[in-house]
Amino acid sequence: MALNILNPGLSTSIQDLGRPGYFHLGIPIGGAMDRFAMRVANMLVGNAEDAAGLEAVFMGPEITFTEDTLIAITGAELPVMLDGVEQNTWTAIAVKKGQTLSFGFLQSGARIYIAVSGGIDTPEALGSRSTYPIGALGGVEGRNVAAGDVLPLGKSGPGKTGATVAPAHRRMPGNPAVLRMVKGLYWHRLTDASGEQFLNDEWKVAPEADRMGYRFRGGKPLEFVDREQPFGAGSDPSNIVDGCYSYGSIQVPGGTEPIVLHRDAVSGGGYFTLGAIISADMDYIGQLQPHTPVKFKAVSMEDALAARKERHQLLDQIRGSLA
Amino acid sequence: MKTRYTFGGDEHIYIEMDEEMSLDAFFKSLSMSNAVREAKIDGVTEICPANASFQVKFNPDVVHPDDLLEQVKALEAVAEKAEKRMNTRIIEIPVYYQDPWTHETLMRFRERHQDPSGTDLEYAARINGFDSVEDFITAHHSQPWFVSMVGFVAGLPFLYQLVEREKQLEVPKYLRPRTDTPKLTVGYGGCFSCIYSVRGAGGYQMFGITPMPIYDPEQEVTYLKDFMVLFRPGDIVKWRPIDRAEYDAICQQVEDGTFMPKMAEVEFDLDAFNKDMTGTNARLMEALNGA
Repeated sequence: MALNILNPGLSTSIQDLGRPGYFHLGIPIGGAMDRFAMRVANMLVGNAEDAAGLEAVFMGPEITFTEDTLIAITGAELPVMLDGVEQNTWTAIAVKKGQTLSFGFLQSGARIYIAVSGGIDTPEALGSRSTYPIGALGGVEGRNVAAGDVLPLGKSGPGKTGATVAPAHRRMPGNPAVLRMVKGLYWHRLTDASGEQFLNDEWKVAPEADRMGYRFRGGKPLEFVDREQPFGAGSDPSNIVDGCYSYGSIQVPGGTEPIVLHRDAVSGGGYFTLGAIISADMDYIGQLQPHTPVKFKAVSMEDALAARKERHQLLDQIRGSLA
Repeated sequence: MKTRYTFGGDEHIYIEMDEEMSLDAFFKSLSMSNAVREAKIDGVTEICPANASFQVKFNPDVVHPDDLLEQVKALEAVAEKAEKRMNTRIIEIPVYYQDPWTHETLMRFRERHQDPSGTDLEYAARINGFDSVEDFITAHHSQPWFVSMVGFVAGLPFLYQLVEREKQLEVPKYLRPRTDTPKLTVGYGGCFSCIYSVRGAGGYQMFGITPMPIYDPEQEVTYLKDFMVLFRPGDIVKWRPIDRAEYDAICQQVEDGTFMPKMAEVEFDLDAFNKDMTGTNARLMEALNGA
């Protein structure tokens, strides 16, 4: 049983829930940017939630199947077609041997997740099939999928055709998007007025937005508290002695364009960070298209933990409804 | 040195030993990160040591961030008492300074640099008060370096030179990071040298390139068969300048599977080093040359 990739789309990669444990060597956790959508796609076809599927950016791939199977598409909205006949998203779809899966134009969101019964069964690298092209790990020999690739599948589970997720449970960011953050790390480097300005400004997703990080433009340049730069940091006020970066941390090189580090984050570096996006909102970033307006909202740790719990509860509800 | 504790979102605690870089801050950070690892606290998932700081990643479903913070803080006293000594290795890394590949790249990103009219080495030599690029290159490779962090991308070492504070070289990072850096570029930012293990984005000034791979996910390179990453914190490095002919020759040896880096087991004691830098470095070089 296998998937044949006829056309990979713009950028399609094999992802699961990542490879924790190697960030101290500069190898990031990786895995689906929108883990909520990846988990739900797997649930719909009866897979373990950490099974490997496909993450496709802005454009869907074209795929044929060597056997009858079950698939589900979640995340960004775009028309899903089987042999040209439109299908429902966030729903388990029965596929016949030899049928072709294709997609129309993107309507909302940025990344679609394709789960196939049994999960993609390419070799693991450091415990995960997630593609990390910079380090040539996982995926198809360390790279994204390409036309002509044949992706092996694991053994099918118990999925049911037609299983679906209620529209209210399809978790996607708003437009404008609000990304909640906890102030911290090097927030104290900013003047009070500049910190406030950062939170009040409307930012827009820049074209340089990928799995490593999302860049934002449009707000006012940041102002730093005057200081003599510490030894080893470098002379720009946005420089620090190179330290670890948190997933979701917001760095602002030169004080101009914020970059939020995502699943394929660099593990450290010499730019100051002013806090980090809360874990519950990390999925949303993977669904932001370039030019989407965004506001950063500072919340307390307790609010961050409550949001995390809310996301867990929603996943539990979906698990319950599909059981 | 004053320790600062802060949260990175709801899944990370960041502990900064000192705002400025020093080997004392490095050793304290390494000791404390080891103490946190050994404490095996429920909910802690990853510990990443850095130059003068470290980060603890945790699962807030298992441990409340404030409770974990208290437990981590309690381990600072352990770190203060820890020995500043380690058994490690010294490794010789050949460097082809002023190579054509980093030169092409730095010219391509000139508008992101502090000084668009020169090269990265010309700029670094000038702002550090050297009369020539050659003198600056000599200062870069004449004394050994200490790996104070591994990270950024897969297996990239940050290196701190084993010399007095007044002899440390310092340069800013690019004004805006480049989107491309050749694989195995020897870079410089702040007071740190680095080796870019893979091709990709980067903000450090570019000085040269090594023919010696330091990361190999295929694990085919002779000395990377056991693990894909060469460096670990505490390794000591000595740069050795090479020319184009030797660069090509080493590339061929790596390809043929015959290249083995020169290295030796050594002990590094911070107090002994602080008392006598020249003597300590001489002993390190003796060990390397005897390898």
